[in-house]
Amino acid sequence: MKRRYPTQDHPALRVLLTVIAFGVIGLFLLMPLATVFSEALSKGLGAALDALKEPDARSAIWLTLMVAAIAVPLNAVFGVAASWAIAKFDFRGKQFLTTLIDLPFSISPVVSGLIYVLIFGLQGWFGESLRDANIKIIFALPGIVLATVFVTFPFVARELIPLMVDQGRDEEEAATSLGASGWQTFLRVTLPNIKWGLLYGVLLCNARAMGEFGAVSVVSGHIRGLTNTMPLHVEVLYNDYQYVGAFTIASVLALLAIVTLVLKSLLEWHFADEIAATHRH
Amino acid sequence: MSLVVDSIAKNFERFPALNGVSLTVPQGAFLALVGPSGSGKTTLLRILGGLEFPDSGAVHFADLNWLEVPARQRRAGFVFQQYALFKHMTVEKNIAFGLNVRPRHERPAKKEIARRVEELLALVQLDGLGKRYPNQLSGGQRQRVALARALAIEPRMLLLDEPFGALDAKVRKELRVWLRALHEKMGITTVFVTHDQEEAFALADLVAIMNAGRIEQYGTPADVRRSPKTPFVAEFLETGPQQHAGVPLLRGLNGH
Repeated sequence: MKRRYPTQDHPALRVLLTVIAFGVIGLFLLMPLATVFSEALSKGLGAALDALKEPDARSAIWLTLMVAAIAVPLNAVFGVAASWAIAKFDFRGKQFLTTLIDLPFSISPVVSGLIYVLIFGLQGWFGESLRDANIKIIFALPGIVLATVFVTFPFVARELIPLMVDQGRDEEEAATSLGASGWQTFLRVTLPNIKWGLLYGVLLCNARAMGEFGAVSVVSGHIRGLTNTMPLHVEVLYNDYQYVGAFTIASVLALLAIVTLVLKSLLEWHFADEIAATHRH
Repeated sequence: MSLVVDSIAKNFERFPALNGVSLTVPQGAFLALVGPSGSGKTTLLRILGGLEFPDSGAVHFADLNWLEVPARQRRAGFVFQQYALFKHMTVEKNIAFGLNVRPRHERPAKKEIARRVEELLALVQLDGLGKRYPNQLSGGQRQRVALARALAIEPRMLLLDEPFGALDAKVRKELRVWLRALHEKMGITTVFVTHDQEEAFALADLVAIMNAGRIEQYGTPADVRRSPKTPFVAEFLETGPQQHAGVPLLRGLNGH
């Protein structure tokens, strides 16, 4: 009889679970993804490329990249600041802050979009003063960025808080007693210790920032060639029965997501030793 | 240039950690703060290091109002129980940290820093291990790196928070002898926190036995052993701290 490790399950169970896992992933993740690409190419590569050359499509891609380029760095900074405060200091209302950080995850993106319309829209609280000052937020880039920042806020913070709590304050205290200033401590001790968690959070944040639909849909106003991001443009094209165009843009979105994942795996693979070294022994 | 602690009191949210603690440590002495957990010894040490602040009381050291000096300017070498080495830096970089973060005009030249690091590595008997990362070292080696790192800033005092607490009995004893020899050589005023009375009495010139935020007795190990002033001290010397935690100590089974 073959010996098994005490924690190892029956081989049949292992096979069954593996098959189920692959089955679910194949059916619900890989097949739809393959469909997106095959639909995009259903009329040939030329048609798909033509769809990408269309000015509205270009503007949607450009807008999406721009929104992500603004929202992701902002949330990286906010996320690090919030996690730093929660992990390294004791203060009143810490628990409340932790709960607040999760808020964007728990409320519907449409509601978060509506909040911004309520505050900054023409009929909203600051609507008239903003109009007098000639500042456009709703149905313009600032509104889209705001909504995206709100929806993607938790990604970095959620990744970092458990990590930083686990790492404790010892190394920071050691750095201080060795004469380092707060900024030096952050740059030389804290940041290197959290950089993998931070990178992971930023990648997830970026994926969601480019893909966000609900909140952005409410604040964007769907002005073609101006305020339509890629996900919104996909919907517009789809509703116009322009399937090749819709699926081509969707493919670009999917590709961006895949590139993100591959990038993450490559980094993890390349720096495996260093990641192991910076984990708690 | 003695260290004077004058009626320090500190309350944490619900319980008092220190209830008016006073003591005077002569320049260059080795003081052990010893007592059961929760007796306030680590809090006192952290106050000396500037990592914690008392609610009232004063500390004077080197003709300075010590509490007014920010932690990063105290040059108090702090050694933590869990080493607190910078995991992403080599041993060399760890030791050089305190020199590298100095403002440019006070920072020694690169060559000089490298020379000092080599010197310190030799001092803590870790020659040739400078390129390793902390997780490639044993516990005893890590704690010696932590000590070298603290010594690199030419500390005005050394503060050791249960530095051997995470090590096994054999390594503890070796490091104890080595630390004492190092202290004789360097002569830096040293405060050492431990819950192990045997360790305290073997190492220190002076012991302060602490209980519930107070110093029960302060004196040389010989004096304290000869005439314990309170029933607590007598019992503590008799049994060690373990009994207070509700676990009877079996001599001989615990590395004693």
